[in-house]
Order: sequence, then C-alpha cells, then structure tokens
Amino acid sequence: MQTVFSIGVDALAYGMVLFVISIGLSVTMGLMRVVNLAHGAFAMIGGYIASYAARDLGLAYAFAVLLAVFGTILIAIPVERLLYRRIYGQPELTQVLMTIGITFCVIGIANYVFGPTLKTIPTPESLRAPVSLGFRTVSAHRLFVIACGAAVALGLWYFIERTAFGVKLRASVDNAAMAAALGVKTEVVYAVSFAVAVGLAAFGGVVGAELLPIEPYYALRYMVTFLVVVSVGGAGSIPGALAACLLLGAIDTTGRYLMPEFGEFFFYLAVIAIVWIFPRGLAGRAK
Amino acid sequence: MKHVAIAALAAVLMGGVAHADTIKVGVVGPFSGPFALQGKNFKAGIDAYMALNGNTVGDDTIEVIYRDIPSADPAQSKALSQELVVKEGVQYLAGFYFTPDAMAATPLLEQANVPMVVMNAATSAIVTKSPYVVRTSFTTWQTSTPIAKVAFDGGTRKVISVVSDYGPGVDAEAAFKAGFEAAGGEIVEAIRMPLQTNDFSPIMQRIKDSGAEGVFAFLPSGPTTLGFVKAFNENGLKAGGVKFFAPGDLTQESDLPALGEAALGLTTTFHYAVSHDSAENKSFVEAAGKAIGDPAELSFPAVGAYDGMHVIYKMIEATGGEPDAAKAVEAVKGLSWESPRGPVTIDAESRHITQNIYLREVAKADDGTYYNKEVQTFEKQGDPGLAAAK
Repeated sequence: MQTVFSIGVDALAYGMVLFVISIGLSVTMGLMRVVNLAHGAFAMIGGYIASYAARDLGLAYAFAVLLAVFGTILIAIPVERLLYRRIYGQPELTQVLMTIGITFCVIGIANYVFGPTLKTIPTPESLRAPVSLGFRTVSAHRLFVIACGAAVALGLWYFIERTAFGVKLRASVDNAAMAAALGVKTEVVYAVSFAVAVGLAAFGGVVGAELLPIEPYYALRYMVTFLVVVSVGGAGSIPGALAACLLLGAIDTTGRYLMPEFGEFFFYLAVIAIVWIFPRGLAGRAK
Repeated sequence: MKHVAIAALAAVLMGGVAHADTIKVGVVGPFSGPFALQGKNFKAGIDAYMALNGNTVGDDTIEVIYRDIPSADPAQSKALSQELVVKEGVQYLAGFYFTPDAMAATPLLEQANVPMVVMNAATSAIVTKSPYVVRTSFTTWQTSTPIAKVAFDGGTRKVISVVSDYGPGVDAEAAFKAGFEAAGGEIVEAIRMPLQTNDFSPIMQRIKDSGAEGVFAFLPSGPTTLGFVKAFNENGLKAGGVKFFAPGDLTQESDLPALGEAALGLTTTFHYAVSHDSAENKSFVEAAGKAIGDPAELSFPAVGAYDGMHVIYKMIEATGGEPDAAKAVEAVKGLSWESPRGPVTIDAESRHITQNIYLREVAKADDGTYYNKEVQTFEKQGDPGLAAAK
C-alpha cells in the first residue's frame, strides 16, 4: 500500500512537470495553429537565463525565475515579428521547417555561448530539503513543482475563458477575418498570446530543470515528449493537457517501477491507444 | 566499386611511399551534436600531445584530419573511414568514441594496410575484430570489476544492480556480477533502465523495496547522471545508508560542477582522474587545458587520445614513415610508458591497454570546486572482459 502511495506521489510530480513545460506548446498549437517545434528551444533559453542569473550573478531564485520568463519573452518578440508572423495560417510543413530551423540555430548559439556542459539552477535551501510525507520523503522542490502546475492550470484557464482578452483570442482563432472586422486587433492578440506561450515555456524550463537538466540539446531531446502530451491532451485544451500529463505520468512511472526493462513501451502503448480512441486528443475540438 | 577504390588506394600508397614526408592521421569522433564535448576532449588530447612532443617524427611531419560523427552511426563511420583512407590517404585511423563506430571500420584495416588506434570505445570485443586494432582507453569490464571488490571488502553483501539498457550498461552489470559473486556477495536484483529515463524516482523506490545494502549503477556520462544522483539523494536512500558504487563514467570531471554537492562522497573506480598526482599529468593537464579553452571541460577521452597519439608516434618511428600496418602494430605490442594516468602497457596478446584502476571519492577542493580524489590503486589491471567472453 505504501508503495502505491509512493508511486502516486512520483507520478503526480512527474505529470505536473510535463504539464508546466508542455502547456505553452498546447497554446501555440491549439489556439494559434502554429506547430512550434522551437518550443523546447524557448524553454531552454529560460533555463539558461535562470542558471546564469542564479549561479553566476548570485541572484535569488524567485528573481531568477522572473528574469528568465521576461528575458525569454524579450528575446522572442523580435523573433515573432520577423519570423513567426510570416507563418501564421501557412501550411503545417512550412511551419515545421521554419521552427525546426530556429531550434537548430538556438542549439548552435547556446553551445557557442554557454558551452556543451550541463547547467544547473541552484534552488534555495528551503526547496532543497527533503520533506517527510509520513510514508516516504520527497524533495520540497517536487511539491513546489506540483503547486506551480496547479497555479498555471488555474491561471491560464481563467485568462482564456473568463477575461475579455480571452474572448478576443478565441474569436481571432476561430475566424481571424471576422474578428478583425469587428475591431479586434488580431496582430496584437497573436503577439500577446505568443508572448504568454513563450513565457510559459521559459517558466517550465526553469522549474522542470531538476528533472530535465539544461544543456544545448535540451531543445530537441524532449521535444517528442512535449508533442505527445499536446496531441494526447488535444491541442489548445487546458483540462485536456492536464489530464494527459497526469495519465501519462502515472503510466510511465508505474511502468518504470514494475517493469523497467520494457522501457517506454507502456508510455507509447498508452499514447497509441488514446489517439486511436480519441483521434483529436482527450479534449480536442473538431475542426 | 570496392575494387576500384582499393586499386586507387594501392596506387596512391605506392606513389606516395618514396617521398612520404607528411603522414596523415584520420580521427573519427563526435565533434558536433550531443556528444561534442567528448570529441572536443579527443582534440584537446591530440593537440596537447603534439604541443609537448612536436609535430614531427624523424623527418616526417604529422597531420591530423578530423571527421565528425555526431552520434553512434556505424554506416557513416565506415564511409568516413573509407574516405579518409582512399581520398585523404591517411596512414592511421584513430578516435572512435562509440563501440559500433569502431566495429564498423575494422573490416577496412587489413585491406587498406592501416592500423586503428581506439581512443575511447569501451567494449571488450573490438580488439578481436582485426589484428590491426590497438586500444588506449579502457573497457567497461576493466573499470567495473575493481568496484565489486571494494564493495565486498567494505562489508556490503547484498547489492542491487541498476544499469542503462544498452551495450556498455549490460557489460557493467555482467562485470560487477562476476566480481561480486566471486567474492561471495549476492546480487539481489538486476534492473535495466531505458536510456531515455528522465525521472528516476520509481527506480529509487525499487532499490528501497529490494532491501539491498548497496546499489551498483551505470549510466552514460551526461544529463541523465545528474537526475540519477539527485534522485538517489532526494528519495532518502543516501540518508538511509544505502551505499553507492559505480564506474567513473558517472562522475566524469566535466559533469562534476553540475552534480556539485549531490555527488559529494560518491565512490567510483576508473582509469583516470584529472586530479591524478604526477609530473606527467601536470604537464598534460596544463597543455590539454590550454587546447580545450576551459579546463573545467577536460575529461577522460582526452587522456585516451593523448596516449593514442603516443602509440601512433611510436608506430611511425618503428616503420620509418612507411605504410606497414603489421610492422607498426608489432612494434607497439608490449610497449610500456608513463602516461598521465600512471604506468601503462599495451598488452602483447590482446593489444588492449593494461593500466592502474583507481578508487576515487568525490571531494571538495579548497577553492569550492569538486574533484575525484584517488584513494586506492589497483595496479596493472588487464581486461577481464575478453576472458569472460571466451
């Protein structure tokens, strides 16, 4: 029984890490209809900024996180204006080619500037200590990540479903021409949602760095996992992404405990089964 | 096509012999991509050797030509090696970070009359694939066997083995099992993890549930070791007194700044630590550190490459710069010298390097950096992997 609880905690923590990192991609793919393969690159940029701020400049962790999120958005603004704006509404293949190209450029630049070694983001003492849950110990950082995941899910849901901006965003997504005719500045709406998605990527890159360490190939190494989460959850759906992360986290963690030699067999078996039954993902909308 | 290539090669070689004053060495390794750091170390080791010993042997000038294979890719390795031999006319092939890459190029050697000096690839069987293969690195068997003795002598009787599920991981598991059971210990469970594991918490739970007193671990150096060591600490295994044993791949110097505090006190066995205390190593670290740019990036492939160049220089000396693979390899059989890692010998029978294996502990230096501190020496270790395969 203890083991079951223990695996449950691990699964929840792993699922939440996946959620925080992948939700930004779900926003770009589902709401903005851009297949953004450079998502991992933005998460990595966030990680590098936080690592530089906390380790080399000695800033506080909270400040490093903020700096990472806004720094990454700042870097992303010219990229959006010059490159992404051209591929909105383009065929998916064009988007894939463009964004994978950006990814390779970012990998090369990161390798040149920061070198090929692993970079860590030093966490404050309070997040490093193991916390006892009674039946086992878990690092405080894991609990922090779970809390971050919950906060991001709630905040984003409120932002999209309950604010005036959310209404404009959904309108622009469904019919850009009509929304523009009604006075919605679609360019601004797209720019802001892109910034939000990039900010979320950076945030995920920073808080998830304990599980997915920052190094130049981060941008490609975990991209498949992010894409799987989005396609299983249904692009653009926050509850869908959350459900997908928790489900896949649970399957992956249990599989790894019971039969590690099967590798990622159970993870991908579950993905195949879910996509077979729900071709648009758990909460995907029909086109 | 192959015949044409060989004929062309023969023509090139025959034409080149009489006035050979530039001898080319082709080095195949990962110089870009996820393993670029290890390729960088190859280059640093080679540059360091040439900086300290000059770029000439007799009146021949040595020229090194690099070819890049970002990740293990046997077909590409064979193609690049062939290109080096046929088009560039190299007299020696060297480098090879991954076992499959080295294996794929061995069939070329006899036909091309070219010796191969393996500077890293660590599977025992490579030297059996061709009589022209010499290795100056280590094998996973060689570095994993002594730790079994360390574990047993330290009073640990029940160990769980946890390795990444790929060639070297399986080798490490077998080497530790053989050593530990021969000593009288018991392997309670052997787990093989997928290479792409990011979250090690469930594995740690397995270790805890197995009731083992210690864990033997093997993962390829790089990002995953960080997650593994952190999970070991955070899940309360370190605090719970579970002992940690591993070969030195897990605590390679270039990963230590990232591992930091988490790695403190880990014991590993390996053939080389950058901190090794000897005059040879001091001048090596200085020269290689200069070659690589940032001395913190220096790691074990550099010493394999450095000694590889030493072997190649000796081969060129013995053959007078003429392309004669058989004579070259014969000349270095039994060759002994003082390497930066300590005294080494090329074993005459296996053509693999016999060397000291050191037990090291991760310690904190006065300036706050972490390093592998050598605490015990296992002298003149051969490769037990070849004997086990027979």
